[in-house]
Amino acid sequence: MNTFLQLLLSGMMMGVIYSLIAFGVVLIYKSSSIFNFAQGEFLMFSGYIFWFFLARCHFPLWATFFCLFIFCVLLGISVERIFLRPLVGQPLLSTVIMTFGLGIMIRGFVLVIWGSDWQMLPEIFPKEPLRIGEIVLSVQLLDSFFVALLVVGVLTWFFQFTRKGLAMRAVAESHQVAQSMGISLTAILTQSWIISAIVAGAGGFLLGSINGINVALSDLGLKAIPVMLMGGLESIPGAIIAGPIIGVFENLASGYLDPLVGGGLNQIISYVILIVLLLIKPYGIFGLKHIERI
Amino acid sequence: MASCGDFKTTYAEDIAVLRSKREWGITIIFLILTIVLPKLSGNGQLINFLNWVIVTYIVALGLQFVTGYCGQISVCQFAFMGVGAYTSAIVTTKLGLSFWLAVPLAGVSAGIVGLVLGLPSARLKGFYLTVVTLSAQFIIPWVIIHLPKKLTGGPYGLEASTPRLGNLKFITPEQFYPIMVVFGTIMTLIAINLTRTRMGRAFVAIRDNEIAAEVMGINVNYYKLVAFFISAFFAGVAGSLWAHNMRVIYPEFYNLTQSIWILGILVIGGLGSVSGTMMGTLFVRGFEELVNTFTPSLAKAILPGVAGAQFSSGLLMIVFGGLIAWFLIFEPRGLAHRWQTFRTYWKMWPFSY
Repeated sequence: MNTFLQLLLSGMMMGVIYSLIAFGVVLIYKSSSIFNFAQGEFLMFSGYIFWFFLARCHFPLWATFFCLFIFCVLLGISVERIFLRPLVGQPLLSTVIMTFGLGIMIRGFVLVIWGSDWQMLPEIFPKEPLRIGEIVLSVQLLDSFFVALLVVGVLTWFFQFTRKGLAMRAVAESHQVAQSMGISLTAILTQSWIISAIVAGAGGFLLGSINGINVALSDLGLKAIPVMLMGGLESIPGAIIAGPIIGVFENLASGYLDPLVGGGLNQIISYVILIVLLLIKPYGIFGLKHIERI
Repeated sequence: MASCGDFKTTYAEDIAVLRSKREWGITIIFLILTIVLPKLSGNGQLINFLNWVIVTYIVALGLQFVTGYCGQISVCQFAFMGVGAYTSAIVTTKLGLSFWLAVPLAGVSAGIVGLVLGLPSARLKGFYLTVVTLSAQFIIPWVIIHLPKKLTGGPYGLEASTPRLGNLKFITPEQFYPIMVVFGTIMTLIAINLTRTRMGRAFVAIRDNEIAAEVMGINVNYYKLVAFFISAFFAGVAGSLWAHNMRVIYPEFYNLTQSIWILGILVIGGLGSVSGTMMGTLFVRGFEELVNTFTPSLAKAILPGVAGAQFSSGLLMIVFGGLIAWFLIFEPRGLAHRWQTFRTYWKMWPFSY
C-alpha cells in the first residue's frame, strides 16, 4: 500500500510538470493552431540559460530570474517573428516541420555552445527528502510541484480575469471575429508565444533544479505530447488534468510492470495509453469535436 | 510539363513514363553516371555515401505516398525501416532464407505494421494522427529492444547474412552497390507508376479535400490504409537493403531524428514529386556529408579537445534545422518546383510567357 501511495504521489508531482509543458503548447495551439514540437527544446534552452547565469556568471538568484525572464521574452518574440509569421496560410505540414526543425536547431546550438555533459544547478531547494509516515517525497519535487501549481494558477487567473487574457481567448475562438473587435492579431500571437516561452522557462528551471540540465531534457517536451492530446488539444483544463494522470500511470507502470517486461516501460507507457484513449475518444477528453464542411 | 509543339500521336506515347527524347537522355546519362562514377573515384567513402543516399531515397519515396500524396503526416518512417531491417536479418540468419526472398518479406512485414498503425487514421485527423505515428516511433524500437534477446539481440544489435547470387557474394559496400542501384530503380518505377493509377489520384484527392473525395466515390479509409501500407513497404525494403549492406543493425539507429530528416527531405525536395524526392535526398545527404567532412577540422581549429565531436554534430543540427526553415520560408514548394520554373524559363527564353 505504501509503495502504491508513494508511486501515486511522486507520479502526480511529475505530472504537474508535464502539465506545465503541455500548457505552453496548448496556449499556442489555441491562439494560432500551430503545434509547437519544440517546446521541450525551449525548456531545455531556458534551463541552460538559467544555469549559465547562476553557475557560470555567479549572478544572484533574483538577477538570474530576471535574465531568464528577458531571455524567454526575446525567445518567444524572435521565434514567432522569424520562423512562424512567414508560414501564415501555409498547410499544417509546414508548421509541424518548422517546429521540428526549430527544435533540432536549438539542440544544435546548445550542443555547440555547452556540449552534452550534465550540468548541475547549485541547490535552490533543500536536498533532504520529506517523510510522511513511510512515504518519502523529495522536497525538490514537492517544491517544484507548488511552483508549477502557482504558475498554472496565475495563468488561469490571467486568462479568466484580465482584458489581455480575454483578447487571447477571443483570438483563439476566431481570428476574424477578434480582428473585427479591434484586437491586433499579430500582437496577440506574439504575446502568446512570449507567455508560452515563459512557461517553458519556468519548466526548465524546475526540471533543472531536480535532475540537472542536459540536452536530453528536451525529450520531456515529447513526453508531454500525450498529456496535451489526452486532455484535448484545445483545452487548458484538459492539459492540467491529464498531466497528473499520465504521471501517475507512468510511475505505476514502472513500479509494477517493469519487472515483467524487463524495464524501461515508463518511456512508452504514456504513448500506449494515448493510442488506446484516442481510439475510444478521437479528440481527447475535453477536445473540441470538429464538424467538417466543404 | 511538355512544352509547346511537343505533340503525341498515340496514347502509348502520351502515357509513357519518359515522354521525350530529352527525358530519355537525362535518364540514361543519370544511370550511366551512377554506374561509372563510383568506379572512377575508387575510394570507399563515396560508395558508402551513395549506398546511404539510395537507402534514404527509397525510405523518403515511401513517405511521399503517405505525406506527399495522401496528406497524412507520419513521423515514424525510420521505425518502419527498422521493422524491415530486423525482419530481414532474423529471416536470413535464423531461418536461413535467401536475401532475395528476405527483401520482399521485410517489405511486407513492415507494411503490415504500417497497416496496423494506419488503422487509427480512420478516426483521427491532423495532429492526432501525427502524434499516433510519433508514439509508434517510440514504441517500435522499444519493442525491438525488449523482444527476447535470442530473436533480436536486444540493445546489442543483430547481424545480417551476406547476400549471394549463384557464386557471387556481396560482402563489401562496393559489391553491394549494384544491388542498391537495381532496387532504387525498381522502387522508382513502382512509385512513378503507382502515382499515375487510380490509386495515386485517389491519394491526391484525399489530400486536397477528404470530404470531396468521399463524395466522388473514393473509399477514404481504404486508401489511407493502402497509403500507409505502401509507405511502410518501401521503408521495409530499404531497411532490408541497409541491414545487409551494414551487416550489423542496432535498434537505436531507427530514431525520431532520422524520421524527421526524412520529412525534411520531403519538404526540401518538394511534396508529391518523385524527382523532388531524388533531389531532396541528394541535397540533404550531400549537405550532411559536407558538414561531417569539414566540421571536425573546423572544430579542431576552434575548440581543440574532446568537444570537437559534439561541436560537429551540433553544427550539423543547426545547418539542418536552418535549411528546413529556409526552405519552408523561401521555397515552400521545394527543389522540384524550382527546377520546374528554371526549366520553363530556359525553354521559353526570351519570351517569358
